[in-house]
Amino acid sequence: MIKLTFIDATGEAHVVDAKPGHSVMESAVKNDVPGIAADCGGALACATCRVYINDEWQAKLQPATEMEQSTIDFSEDRTPGLRLSCQIKVTPELDGLVVRTPESQH
Amino acid sequence: MDQPTVVIIGAGQAGYQVAASLRELKYQGHVVLVGDEPHAPYRRPPLSKSYLLGEASVEHLSFSPDTFFSKRGIELVPGKRAKSIDRSRHVVHFEDASTLEYEHAVLATGARARPLEVPGAELRNVFYLRTLNDADALGARLTSVRSAVVIGAGFIGLEFAAVAAKRGIGVTVLETADRPMARAVSKRMSDVFTREHAKMGVKLSFGCSVTRLQGSEGAVRVVQTQDGRSFDADLVVVGIGVVPNAELAADSGLATENGIVVDEQMRTADPQVSAIGDVAAHASRFTKGRRVRLESVQNACDQARCVARRIVGQPTPYDAVPWFWTDQGPLKLQIAGLSAPGGEYAVRGDPSGTTFSVFSFVDGRLACVESLNSPADHMLARRLLTKGAELTPQQAADAGFDLKSLV
Repeated sequence: MIKLTFIDATGEAHVVDAKPGHSVMESAVKNDVPGIAADCGGALACATCRVYINDEWQAKLQPATEMEQSTIDFSEDRTPGLRLSCQIKVTPELDGLVVRTPESQH
Repeated sequence: MDQPTVVIIGAGQAGYQVAASLRELKYQGHVVLVGDEPHAPYRRPPLSKSYLLGEASVEHLSFSPDTFFSKRGIELVPGKRAKSIDRSRHVVHFEDASTLEYEHAVLATGARARPLEVPGAELRNVFYLRTLNDADALGARLTSVRSAVVIGAGFIGLEFAAVAAKRGIGVTVLETADRPMARAVSKRMSDVFTREHAKMGVKLSFGCSVTRLQGSEGAVRVVQTQDGRSFDADLVVVGIGVVPNAELAADSGLATENGIVVDEQMRTADPQVSAIGDVAAHASRFTKGRRVRLESVQNACDQARCVARRIVGQPTPYDAVPWFWTDQGPLKLQIAGLSAPGGEYAVRGDPSGTTFSVFSFVDGRLACVESLNSPADHMLARRLLTKGAELTPQQAADAGFDLKSLV
């Protein structure tokens, strides 16, 4: 079991069992976790699946590709620890990952 | 009607989003989402890309888990087609003779693939690519073909061509215009796509009008063009645009003009009937008030949210910057704004490669930015256009100029 925790803007935690091979975005959407719009469905086109991840977990993740990083760097949201959850693949090492979701993706 | 009911006709991206947004906004009435396809709502964009490549399964296409609708009190009714709307009685009639009463009806009926109208178009192995069923039929056939002809060099045709080439199928794209994606992008960008598709092994032929499909034993074999050429084809994909499904609205007396005419809050002339997504024609500040019908995920989602906000009493006009994307092999093209021919152009980056943007200006103002493998430019373009920032073509073309300084 790979447990991921999504903490929404109200502070409520949503814990899901994620499948390896899914993205973190899909893990949220398929488990009905609020706070992730994912308008483009994971095509790295819309930046509406933003999550914030603390430094400790950031260090354990595959770093963002140049395409993801550029999208993040030039979006309006400049909160530290920002990632696009559609670009983070679920692996066993992610068990216990905690991410925060923004108040709005738009 | 026991309590207020929103009836949404069409369960594509726009229809799904209205239903979801109504519940997010705590709408208390009934929500009924009726679609004519036999499936729960699903994402169309991957159909011509990752789904056909086998990289995404049908599970990846769904918006939400199966429990989503029941948990939120959204009545999802697939496989049901609306026949007419009696606006005086606020009732939708369906082809199965059932009816639904509404307080508010949202028409999200989308668009259908424009049919190819030449002799032979009815032959077997002539495919369109609009629905999941279309993609499944095409995908099943793809495993056993050597040659494919694509009719139309728009987004869908070129996305399919890139997939077919990657799968080792000899693919030829025939286009009546003199360049690919002519309606959507600048000539500069078109030229790069022509060049890069050739590198992928896709053959492109422009100014080329299809006159007839020839077959044997009921299956297509040859595509003939007006200039007398013949192209062998085990399979044909037709991507020549769409027709808005506006008949339901027109038959109920609502104005249609390349789609259902709506105001800045997606209302038809009947305040109890809205239209959104591919089928809706709205006056946009990005076309100087001219009515435009946009076929995009962004437009579907944002118009859906606009209608949901109005229904719950938080109206705001629809004013989102249009944006689009297409993925063709290694090419990711993102467009912000609307292409406006005849204006001034500035290129940022190096168009001899595949990482650059074309900025287009109309009357000296930024109108559209086409970014190839340049998400930074795209994200900034959306913000520049939202703000109506004063960017000059000289600044846009100067790689040393910091676009961020204007947002």
